[in-house]
Amino acid sequence: MSTITTAGPASAGPASAGTGPLRTVDPAAAVARTRPRTTITEIVSQTLIMAWRALKKMRRNPEQFFDVTLQPLLFTAMFAYIFGGAISGNVHSYLPLLIPGIVAQTVLTTCMSTGVQLREDMEKGVFDRFKALPMARIAPLAGPMVADLVRYLIAAGLTFMMGVIIGYRPGGGVLGVLGAIVLAIFTGWALAWIFTFIGTIAKSARAVQGISMLILFPLTFLSNAFVPVTTLPGWLADFVKINPVSHLVSATRALANQGVVTREAGWTLLAGLVVIAVFAPLSVRSYRRHM
Amino acid sequence: MTATAAVDAAGLVKTFGKLRAVDGIDLQVSQGEIFGVLGPNGAGKTTALRMLATLLPIDAGQAWIFGVDVTREPHRVRQLIGITGQYASVDEDLTATENLWMFGRLQGLRSADARASAKRLLAQFDLEEAADKPIAQFSGGMRRRLDLAASLITRPPLIFLDEPTTGLDPRTRGQMWDTIRGLVTEGCTVLLTTQYLDEADQLAGRIAVIDRGRKVAEGTPDELKASVGNSTLQVQLAGGADQELARQVVRKIAGAEPVLTPESGRMNVPLDTADRAADVLIGFRQSGVAITSVSVDKPTLDEVFFAITGHGADAEDDPVPAGIGVSGAGAGHETVLEVQ
Repeated sequence: MSTITTAGPASAGPASAGTGPLRTVDPAAAVARTRPRTTITEIVSQTLIMAWRALKKMRRNPEQFFDVTLQPLLFTAMFAYIFGGAISGNVHSYLPLLIPGIVAQTVLTTCMSTGVQLREDMEKGVFDRFKALPMARIAPLAGPMVADLVRYLIAAGLTFMMGVIIGYRPGGGVLGVLGAIVLAIFTGWALAWIFTFIGTIAKSARAVQGISMLILFPLTFLSNAFVPVTTLPGWLADFVKINPVSHLVSATRALANQGVVTREAGWTLLAGLVVIAVFAPLSVRSYRRHM
Repeated sequence: MTATAAVDAAGLVKTFGKLRAVDGIDLQVSQGEIFGVLGPNGAGKTTALRMLATLLPIDAGQAWIFGVDVTREPHRVRQLIGITGQYASVDEDLTATENLWMFGRLQGLRSADARASAKRLLAQFDLEEAADKPIAQFSGGMRRRLDLAASLITRPPLIFLDEPTTGLDPRTRGQMWDTIRGLVTEGCTVLLTTQYLDEADQLAGRIAVIDRGRKVAEGTPDELKASVGNSTLQVQLAGGADQELARQVVRKIAGAEPVLTPESGRMNVPLDTADRAADVLIGFRQSGVAITSVSVDKPTLDEVFFAITGHGADAEDDPVPAGIGVSGAGAGHETVLEVQ
């Protein structure tokens, strides 16, 4: 390190802290340099750094990918061969109904692990340091969720791939399927904020798992994900129609099978945005209070 | 000195349910000093420190770091402090370099600067060989050093160290002490907590003794030790020895009040100098007090505690019943020891 680099610390701002090992610390200057809050640029950059951290961790703990790899492969084959004949007469004609349903289901299950992993992570010592750093409170929550986009992509992609292997021929073509995948990823990401919130309020990772299961099972099975709504009793059909998962499934089906964007897609996007608007601030508040 | 105090806290309070973990603590730490907060486990040291470091909300009282209000502007305070806790707060799944790079980036360093600063700190803390190993393979001492390095990335003017050497072997402990002294020569202020009197003695210019959430004494290490004598004579009286007579002998010769445990016949005598031990022993022989063993030691934290609070340092397990009785005695001693 040369002494020349320390000549202009005033202009370099906080970034100059990395240079000049023997420069003495000047408290008054440090106080003058402090800024009252984080800027939008800082929030974005800190979130991306936290996403980088989450991706590193995923690469070093590949067992975290079991749920997004095995589940789509296993469930797609299992449901197709078990329910195919009973619901649609044969496996082949059941696939256009089933595959979008499985996509919705796996994406939702993936959201759940977002909450569980956040809770586990928050119990580690490194979170103490995140809290003591002058960083945006939303970054440690949003960062892992950005990294989780990879998981949603794998889950949705593998489900379609498995479907194609066992004979599914999506009528919407490549664009339709891509649209369906993007919609599913967005919805999964939005709904993950609910589970992130549960992650910040629950006492343990196990509790997060328990609460999440209670929410997830009714949402996915009391929807049109696996069966046509017409086969259901009236009261159940009513619930299924308002269940947001049904909207996601219908929108995904329309995209993948017909290649059209329906009103259902609009409802799904809107529901996703509402969930983010409500649960992102709640999560940050709860995380902040957790100090 | 006109400079603002590095730490200025008035009447800090933290309650957890019924327990007042921190019960009205005042602290003033000047710029450039090492200030020690000494106390047993559960005394409230860590809680007080976490409040000052914005990690715990302050229930009552106020605190300023270099004049910045901790409650009102925590974000600015966080730009002025580094904190290293009892448990390493680094990421287990990342390597040492990745950890330092990440913490540097999170604090606004550009990627290249963060890498340079990581490299410099790893060299400074003798961790270059382990730079690319995952933390899971690190020894306790290496973790602690990396943790301290992570607190120094942006060279904050105030460093909080929560029991920096607890659990370290003596050699690593000595290295950590040197590092802490080095921080101050660079212009940092250090506020450290410790359970060890010798650590506070070695490092701190001033010490506050905390017990059951209250400050019971404050002063320089010398002032503190003078309150218990510079060394302690420990005597095991023989069974059937006249304990009252022994007590009188000590009072007459050492001019100090011994601490006697009647059931076991153990007696601790605070001494100004170790030389006086011989006088006391001769006194015992002349008055016919039989003893079975003798040792002379430096005062322990336990004795400082006993002298200041009237109870031992390890008695914090049942804070409620004993606490009521001694808090008054502690406050009485404080007036004797308080420097200002």
